Amino acid sequence: MELLQYFLDNLELLGTLTLEHISLVGVAVGIATLTGVPIGIAITKNERIAKTVLYIASIIVTIPSIALFGIMIPILSIIGHGIGYLPAVIAVLLYSQLPIIRNTYTAINNVDPALREAARGVGMSQNQRLRMVEIPLAVPVIMAGVRTAVVLNIGVMAIAAYIGAGGLGTLISRGISQSDPRQLILGAVAVSVLAIIVDYALLALQKRLTPKGMERAAAAT
Amino acid sequence: MIRLDNLTKVFDTPKGAVTAADHISMEVPSGEICILLGPSGCGKTTTLKMINRIIRPTSGKVFINGEDTTSLDTQDLRRNIGYVIQQIGLFPNMTIEENITVVPKLLGWDKARYRERAREMMHMIALEPDAFLKRYPSELSGGQQQRIGVARALAADPPVMLMDEPFGAIDPINRAVIQDEFLKMQQDLKKTIMFVSHDIDEAIKMGDRIAIFRAGKLVQYSEPDELLAAPKNDFVESFLGEDRALKRLNLVKVRDLASEEIGLVRPDDTLDTALQRIESYGYVNSIVMVNHKRQPVGIITAAVARTTQGHCRDHYQSVPVVVSLDDDLRKVASLMFAHDMTWVPCVDDDGRIVGQVTQRAITHHLGSRYRAHSKEDDGAALGEASPSSATKE
Repeated sequence: MELLQYFLDNLELLGTLTLEHISLVGVAVGIATLTGVPIGIAITKNERIAKTVLYIASIIVTIPSIALFGIMIPILSIIGHGIGYLPAVIAVLLYSQLPIIRNTYTAINNVDPALREAARGVGMSQNQRLRMVEIPLAVPVIMAGVRTAVVLNIGVMAIAAYIGAGGLGTLISRGISQSDPRQLILGAVAVSVLAIIVDYALLALQKRLTPKGMERAAAAT
Repeated sequence: MIRLDNLTKVFDTPKGAVTAADHISMEVPSGEICILLGPSGCGKTTTLKMINRIIRPTSGKVFINGEDTTSLDTQDLRRNIGYVIQQIGLFPNMTIEENITVVPKLLGWDKARYRERAREMMHMIALEPDAFLKRYPSELSGGQQQRIGVARALAADPPVMLMDEPFGAIDPINRAVIQDEFLKMQQDLKKTIMFVSHDIDEAIKMGDRIAIFRAGKLVQYSEPDELLAAPKNDFVESFLGEDRALKRLNLVKVRDLASEEIGLVRPDDTLDTALQRIESYGYVNSIVMVNHKRQPVGIITAAVARTTQGHCRDHYQSVPVVVSLDDDLRKVASLMFAHDMTWVPCVDDDGRIVGQVTQRAITHHLGSRYRAHSKEDDGAALGEASPSSATKE
């Protein structure tokens, strides 16, 4: 009961922090999509480069987030942004690369060879093949990668509160340091609920972006 | 016209160079269907795909309507060649209309023109435009999808088509229907077509010419009847099968060997007259009775004529079977076996008797070509020996 009262009293703060959290993750994953998708497409041309890129991306994901923030503090201090917004966004951007690059690469690579041959046979250039056939067919899988990145990084961004990036993690870190279970629980629940809601929202978006003719095939998988 | 000049493809594999197509030279005249036929791995598909550069030739040239295609831009070349593949390859993210109009769009047609063209194509393949154009490939049956595949290849009206086992994935009943539809379309369209198949019956049915491949080499290039009558070597002969003489029945029309000589009686003739006529023909044991328009009414059998007196009109039996001049001999032979007859009367479009086909004429027609060729083979046996033994290795 006390918790509910606390929740209602701090509704405005919660809203502000949630928006901050969403914008942090949104900007970072947005940029990651803009870089990851082209990289994913580019590496389909060469298997060796693809392996290297995916290997590096998976190594990045294995670095614990708190360590990554630690590494970035001295580096980014040079330009005066050792803590705060910038390192948080960069960390999330790096973590997002693996799911987005990997899904893009897999999706483009898995386009039915017969379709690729048909596309060549009707006289599409390489860019036309990508634009008209391969990317539309890959969109559902690419979107699934973006979803994974977003949900993963809603959690990572909560830790970024420790380097002063803001967001819902602030409630958790404050709750711990002030030994205030109300703040702690509110922050934790809010982060979890946000992750679930965003996941469903992106799933809906993924379905909308799936080319109409593929809905039946997509539903089967 | 498609002309291949020493077209060669060598694949580099870990086990060394493999020659998939070895100096293939051939010519397909305008408006004809040429079937590339052979067992898998014989180079027929490689040869086909070198024409639109899905596979890049190692050496050699492709001429289309006299023009050397080497100098053409790959995309331009492909947009002017219809291409149908076994897996159909309709783009699942596009509607039927978008699939059909993909080449016209690439060629920069204006919207009104390509949309009109899509409807035209749907009529050509006998699918209702309003019911199908806005649907997606996944909503169509395999047969319908391949019709759309053919429509897509034909949409920009290319002079040349390449078809890689186009009907291979369709069930046998639908396949026969689509083959017939396609042949009918081809009668008007007169495209120059290269068509890969591994099915000898399909080849005989569809092909104006058949090219037999083996181990990357073109072994024989002939018209179907010639191929069946005179296979060049043991490989071709075994590939065509022991029943190749029967397969030729498909290719010969009643018109080609119908004899105008046929005994007829009128309803007013007596059975004596009928018997005399039957006997004067020797080996037949019945005779056709016709009305005043020469249309068959019944038959009088020798047994009846011998034992009975009276007029034909009172003693005839129904005519078991007649064939028309455009039927093929396969149908005729089948009817003969089914009705235990050694001859069948044939009729023209108005149903008037114009002659007959006899078993003797059929066997003679099929046999004469073999006999002629086996004599030639004896003479040429020495000359033939070296290349055929080379291909056996």
